[in-house]
Amino acid sequence: MGPLTFAVLAIPLVASALTVVVHPNPVKCAMALVSTLFLLAVVFVFLGAHMLAALQVIVYAGAIMVLFLFVIMLLNLSDDAADVRHQGRPLVRLGAWVGGGLLAGELAMLFLRVPFGAPAAVGNDYGGAEAVATSLFVDYLLPFELASILLLIAVVGAVVLAQRRAA
Amino acid sequence: MVPTSWYLALGAVLFAIGAIGVLVRRNIIVIFMAIELMLNAVNLTFVALARQLGSLDGQVIVFFVMTVAAAEAAVGLAIIIAAYRNRPTVNADELAILRW
Amino acid sequence: MHEGEVIQTAVLRLIPALPLLGFLLAVVTGARARRLAVVAAPALVGLAFAIALSAVVTLTHAAAGARLVDAVYPWMVAGPFRADLAFRLDALSSVMVLIVTGVGFLIHVYSVGYMAHDDDVPRFFAYLNLFMFAMLLLVLADNLLVLFIGWEGVGLCSYLLIGFWYDKDENAAAGKKAFVVNRVGDMGFVLGLLLLAWSTADAHGALSLDIAHIEAHADALAGGTATAVALLLLVGAAGKSAQLPLYVWLPDAMAGPTPVSALIHAATMVTAGIYMIARLHVVFLASPAALEVVAIVGAATALFAATIALVQTDIKKVLAYSTVSQLGFMVLALGVGAFSTAIFHVMTHAFFKAQLFLGAGSVIHGMSGEQDVRQMGGLRQKMPVTWWTFLVGTLAIAGAPGFAGFFSKDEILAHTWQGGHYVLWAVGALTAGLTAFYMFRLLFLTFTGELRASEEVAHHVHESPISMTLPLVVLAVLSLVGGWVGLPEGWLWGPAFDRFLAPVTGHPHVAEGGGGVELALMLVATTLAVAGAALAYVFYVRLPGLPMVLAWRLKPAYDLLSGKYWVDELYDALFVRTYVRLSNALWRFDQTVIDGAVNGAATAVVVNGQLWRYVQDGNVQHYALVFLGGAVVLLSYYLVR
Repeated sequence: MGPLTFAVLAIPLVASALTVVVHPNPVKCAMALVSTLFLLAVVFVFLGAHMLAALQVIVYAGAIMVLFLFVIMLLNLSDDAADVRHQGRPLVRLGAWVGGGLLAGELAMLFLRVPFGAPAAVGNDYGGAEAVATSLFVDYLLPFELASILLLIAVVGAVVLAQRRAA
Repeated sequence: MVPTSWYLALGAVLFAIGAIGVLVRRNIIVIFMAIELMLNAVNLTFVALARQLGSLDGQVIVFFVMTVAAAEAAVGLAIIIAAYRNRPTVNADELAILRW
Repeated sequence: MHEGEVIQTAVLRLIPALPLLGFLLAVVTGARARRLAVVAAPALVGLAFAIALSAVVTLTHAAAGARLVDAVYPWMVAGPFRADLAFRLDALSSVMVLIVTGVGFLIHVYSVGYMAHDDDVPRFFAYLNLFMFAMLLLVLADNLLVLFIGWEGVGLCSYLLIGFWYDKDENAAAGKKAFVVNRVGDMGFVLGLLLLAWSTADAHGALSLDIAHIEAHADALAGGTATAVALLLLVGAAGKSAQLPLYVWLPDAMAGPTPVSALIHAATMVTAGIYMIARLHVVFLASPAALEVVAIVGAATALFAATIALVQTDIKKVLAYSTVSQLGFMVLALGVGAFSTAIFHVMTHAFFKAQLFLGAGSVIHGMSGEQDVRQMGGLRQKMPVTWWTFLVGTLAIAGAPGFAGFFSKDEILAHTWQGGHYVLWAVGALTAGLTAFYMFRLLFLTFTGELRASEEVAHHVHESPISMTLPLVVLAVLSLVGGWVGLPEGWLWGPAFDRFLAPVTGHPHVAEGGGGVELALMLVATTLAVAGAALAYVFYVRLPGLPMVLAWRLKPAYDLLSGKYWVDELYDALFVRTYVRLSNALWRFDQTVIDGAVNGAATAVVVNGQLWRYVQDGNVQHYALVFLGGAVVLLSYYLVR
C-alpha cells in the first residue's frame, strides 16, 4: 500500500486507540477498541494475512469484544467516576504518559533505523486459509492441540467462576 | 509499498498507548481492554515481520495469541464478575482484595 | 650498708594471706553466718600477728642487716622490665608489720563490741580484713610495684569504710573525697615511680622496681632527677599521709565508724607515706633540696593542723586534725634525715592515737552517738576505764616525760635542732605546746565538770563492754611503755630502736650534739607541754567562761580557725566547680554532637526508607510504571549505540 493509504489507516487507528485509553465511559472505550480491531484487520489484509484478518474480525471483534460489552452491560457501568475525578495520582499519570511517549518514540526510532530490504516474494496463496491451516496442522500440531485444551480449561473456568453460589 | 519498519513503528505506538492505558485507568475492565490493545500491537508486529520474511510462522503465532487472548478474556471477565459480587466495584484500587 | 644476708622463706606470704582469707570468708558466707565472720576476722589477724612475730624473732637471731625474703612468683617480665611478687622482712618492715597486725588485731577485737548493733557487720569485717591484706602487701613488699598495689588497695578500703554507712549522703561524699584526693597524690607517686625506674636502669638497660635494685643503683640519680623523683614521691606521700595541701580528706573521713578512724586514719594507712619515704630514703638523700621541702611541708602541716584543732567541737575532728599534725611531725623528721626517728614516732603515735580514737569511740558509744564535746562533760565517773586510758593517751601525745610520745617527739625536735633547722625547730616546739593544749582541752571538756547532755542521753551513759575496754587498756599500757625502746643517747640502753633500724635506714644524718644539748631541748619542750596543759586547765576547768569571751574578743581569728582556714571552700571554688562546669560542657557536647550524629544516622536511614517506601507499595500499576521506566532506559541504551 502506498503512504497515503497507510496514513488513512494509521491515523484513525491511533486515534481510536487513544480513545480506548482516555474516554471515561467504558462502553465508548469498548466501541473504540472494536474500531481499532477492525482497522487492524484491514492492515492485516494489506500485509497478506487474509485468514488472520478474517479471524481478527470474527474472533476478536466479534466474540471477545461482545463478551466485554456483555460484562459492561451486566455490571451496569456508567462513566468511570474515578477516572472522571482523576483520583489523586497525578504523578503516576504524568509518569505514565511521559514514559509511554518515550517508549513509543524510542521503539519507533529503533525500528525505523533497521535497514529492511524489500519484502520477500510470496505466492498468491500466502496468508490464505489453506496455507495457514497446513502450517497449523502439520508444523505446529502440538501447540494447536494444547491451545484447544487451554480453551477447554478456560471455558470450564469461566463457567465455574461466574456461577452464582448455590444459596 | 510502505517499508516494513513503518508497520513496526505503528505497532510500537499502539503498544505504548496500551501501556499507558494499563497504568492510568482505574476501571479494571478498561485496563483489560488496554491489555488487549497491547496484544494486538504485538500481533501487528508479528504479521509485518512475517510478510517481510515471507514465512507463515509469524501468522501462526498470531493465531495462537488470539486463542490465548480469548481464553484469558473469558476467565478474566469471569473473575471480575465473581469479585463484583463480593464487592460491587470495578475500581482497581478497591478491588485489591488479595493484598493485605 | 645494705649487703646483709638474704634468707629465703615461704612464711611471709601467710601474713597478708590470712586477712585475705578472712575477707573471702566474710564475702562468701557473711550473709548467712554472721558469727563466723565476726569471729574469724579478728582471729585471722591475730594469727597473722603471731606469724609476723615469729618471723621477726627469726630475723633478730640473724646477723644485723639480714632480711627474710619470700619470693612467691615471678609476676611480669616485659622487655627490660621485670617485677616479681615477693615479700621482704627487714628491720623496717618488721616494725611496720608488727604495728599493723598488732594494733589491727586490737581494733578488730574492739570492733566486735562497737559494731555489735549494726546489721551490716559481715561487710564491715570483710572490708577491714581486705584493708589488712592491702596494708600488709604494702609494708612487706619487696618490690615497689607490689607496694603500689597495696597503696591503691588501702585507698580503696579507706573509701569503702569511710562510706560504710552509705545511706547517708555525707558519708558517701566523704568517701569519694578521700578517694579523689588520694588519686591526686597517687598520680605524683606513679610518675615518681616511673621516673625512678627509668633513671635507675642498670648497665644492661634492665629496669626494675625492686627495692634492692633501687638501693644498688641509687647513685645513678643525678641531682635534678633525684629532686624530681623525690618531689613526686612526696606528692604521693602528701596524699596518703594527709600533708598540706592534700590533707583535706582526713577530717571528712571521720564520717566512718570510729574503729576505722582508729585503724586506718591514725595507726596504719596514713603512715604508709612515711614508710614509703623511709624505705626510699636513698632517693631523698640524693637531693638535699627535696629533703628541705619535705621538712618544711611537715613542719607547716603540723602547725597548721594544730591551730585548727584548737577550736574544733567534734571529738573525732579534734583527733583527726591532731593526726594530721602528728603526721607533720613525722614528715619533719624525715625531712631532717632522721628516718628511723620518724618510724619511731609512727610506732608511738599508732599506740596513743589508736588508743585515743578507740576511747573516743567508747565515749560516743556511751553517749548514744553524740560526738559534740559541748554536750559532754563529767564522764569520768560513769566511764572510769575510758577516762583513765584516755588520760594516759593524752599524756602520751602531749609528751609527758616517760610516756611514749615524749621520747619520739623529743628525738624529732632534737634532730631538727641539731640539723641546724632552728626555725623549723621553733615551729615544732610551738606545735608541741599547742598539742598539749588542745588535747587537754578535749580531755577536760569530755570527762570533767558537769554533764551537759540531755536527760535521756545522761540516763544511758555507761561504760563500754570488755571487748572494747580491753583493747583500750592494752593500748594505754603500750602508750606508756612503748617509747622506752628509744631513749636518748647515754640513758640506759640508749636509742635501741634507731640501732635496730640503722642497717636499713641508716643512722640519722645529723651531728650528734651530745647529751647536754638534748637535755636542754627536752626541758624546753616539756615546759611548753606543761604550759599548754596548764593553760587548758585554766580555760576549761577553772574559768569555763573564759574561752567564749576570748572567742568573741578575737572573733576574726576564731572564725578563721573554726572555718579550717576555708581551704575546702577554696578547693571547691578552684577545682571542683571548674571540673563540674567542664563535665557539663562535655556532657552537652556528647548529647548534641555525638548522640546527634548517631541518632542522625539512624534518622537518615529511616527517612531514606520512608522515601523508598513508595516504590514498593503493593500497587501493581506502580510496579508496571517502573517496568515501563526500565524499558525506556534500556531502549535508550540501544538508541545511542
